[in-house]
Amino acid sequence: MLEIGTLHYLMVAAILFLIGLIGVITRRNVVIIFMCIELMLSAVNLNLLAFSRLYGLHGQVFALFIAADAAAEAAVGLGILIAFFRNRTTVNMDEVDLLKG
Amino acid sequence: MTPVAMMLFAPFTAADYRLGAPLIVLTLFSLGILCLDLFLPARHKHYCSIPALLGLGVAAYGTWKIQQVLPASGALYAFFGTLVLDPMSVYFFYLFLAGAAVSVLISIRYLEVERESHGEFYALILFAVTGMMCMAAGADFVLIFIGLELMAITTYILAGFLRGNKRSNEAALKYLLLGAFSSAIFAYGLSLFYGLTGSTNLAEVGASLARRAATEPRNPIMLLALLTTMTGMLFKIAAAPFHMWAPDVYEGSPTSVTGFMSVSVKAAGWALILRVLLCGLYPLRVQYVPVLVFAAIMTLTTGNLAAITQTNTKRLLAYSSIAHVGYMLLGLIASDGVANRTGIRGILFYLLVYTFMNLGAFAVLTSLRRRNILGDDIDDIAGLVQRAPVEAILMLVFLLSLAGIPPFAGFYGKYFIFLSLIETGHYLLAGVAVLYSVVAAYYYLRVANAMFMRKPQGEGAPVTPPAMNLALWITAAATVLIGIFPNIFIQAANWAGTLIGPTGVAQIR
Repeated sequence: MLEIGTLHYLMVAAILFLIGLIGVITRRNVVIIFMCIELMLSAVNLNLLAFSRLYGLHGQVFALFIAADAAAEAAVGLGILIAFFRNRTTVNMDEVDLLKG
Repeated sequence: MTPVAMMLFAPFTAADYRLGAPLIVLTLFSLGILCLDLFLPARHKHYCSIPALLGLGVAAYGTWKIQQVLPASGALYAFFGTLVLDPMSVYFFYLFLAGAAVSVLISIRYLEVERESHGEFYALILFAVTGMMCMAAGADFVLIFIGLELMAITTYILAGFLRGNKRSNEAALKYLLLGAFSSAIFAYGLSLFYGLTGSTNLAEVGASLARRAATEPRNPIMLLALLTTMTGMLFKIAAAPFHMWAPDVYEGSPTSVTGFMSVSVKAAGWALILRVLLCGLYPLRVQYVPVLVFAAIMTLTTGNLAAITQTNTKRLLAYSSIAHVGYMLLGLIASDGVANRTGIRGILFYLLVYTFMNLGAFAVLTSLRRRNILGDDIDDIAGLVQRAPVEAILMLVFLLSLAGIPPFAGFYGKYFIFLSLIETGHYLLAGVAVLYSVVAAYYYLRVANAMFMRKPQGEGAPVTPPAMNLALWITAAATVLIGIFPNIFIQAANWAGTLIGPTGVAQIR
């Protein structure tokens, strides 16, 4: 019977983080990019919780703060996205091209 | 008992609140401004700037009180060792407050021209300063990260403050996506460091990493953690190869916000870098210096070369601010905080000088904004000397200072960085830096050339109400005075730099 240890949690977190990272780089829809960033933050939380099994409460407190921060970021992000959508009627990253050197 | 368990049972003391006073004051004032904004009639909304300036002043007074009780060589800790008040924190507190105050002064008329709300704007600036203070005075990864995010999220909103403006929308969206992305990468690095060391306290992380770096310097997890953490930090100060957001965001944001972002937000990023790299991650210095060398050369190259061809003054100043980050990175490469301190003092002094000269340049650009004229194209500044001789001469002072020409303050900023490189034998890097500062002189003088030699394109003089005039004269006076009487300011930077370094972080209680 396979014992689930800290390392397994870290592997899952690393995979989640990579999926998020690749998603941010390759996807063109702003909403999906947001979701990928949230995925990366979830990976961070998983890491912290896995480590806090070894070290005590610190990691859990940090994870709570990161969860709150992710929520704040999503709220502001969607607000900015709605303002953007009202003026441009698109959420495609390829059409975000007014500012260029 | 672990520190967290201690927090659950031991209450905060009055001393904790006294040391956290500047942050608490700013938070209360920004909440107060939000409430006040509701009760003011629309035509009086600009009076919200008065409590904003008052709040910044009270916070400065609180910082001064802390400075009075600061021991001669040592630091004070509050809130269970998460908040550290040492000369560097105090120095950065003053810097953030000064930058924010000047930004408020130049924003008053700008917001009226744009017909945007005042109260929220000043409240957000004050919240951002609170976040910056957490970054500068954080001795714990949790507080540092929360401070970083408080600052970053408020600046996303400020960048997109002109809701009806497509360029402002776009700047905010780009800033948000790249900022949140870099924060996530940074947080991943922090979580790995927590796993490696079992603590989030900078001093404990440093001690634990020193043991690990001695036995296995090439531990892959440790290197991954270092790289992700540095990526996040280099993103925040817009160092190449993570600089591509800066020109777009600086161009699209409201001009007064661009000024604030390019000085205070950048200074906060530097406070974070100095704190994390020289205190917590110091044992990994051998591993991170090559990364810094690569980033510094890339930053100097892209910043200086891309600035040459810009026709938009805001974009030009964005690339120039990237180039200035390159010089400061050189100071961090030269100084390790033990054998050599010149570079660290140089960075601190550079940030002080840069705050005033760059904000001054942005103040002039902001005054060019009139109805129907954006004021950020190089054509808008053409022939400025005929329309507004005083502003043209002040702008020339700021540009010469940015280019590092004596007797203006910018010269001494560069001087200490180059001195630290020579002292530590980095002759090649010093040569590259001097070469690029010649390139920099070209594009700053191109703007000066447009102001003095070309025919005016537009009509009418820039409007400068009293607040804008005050901001212009404060920044100009600082730029000239620091250049002519640098001693007192150099002493301040030296004092601020005394405790930075691996030995500076004392034990928490």
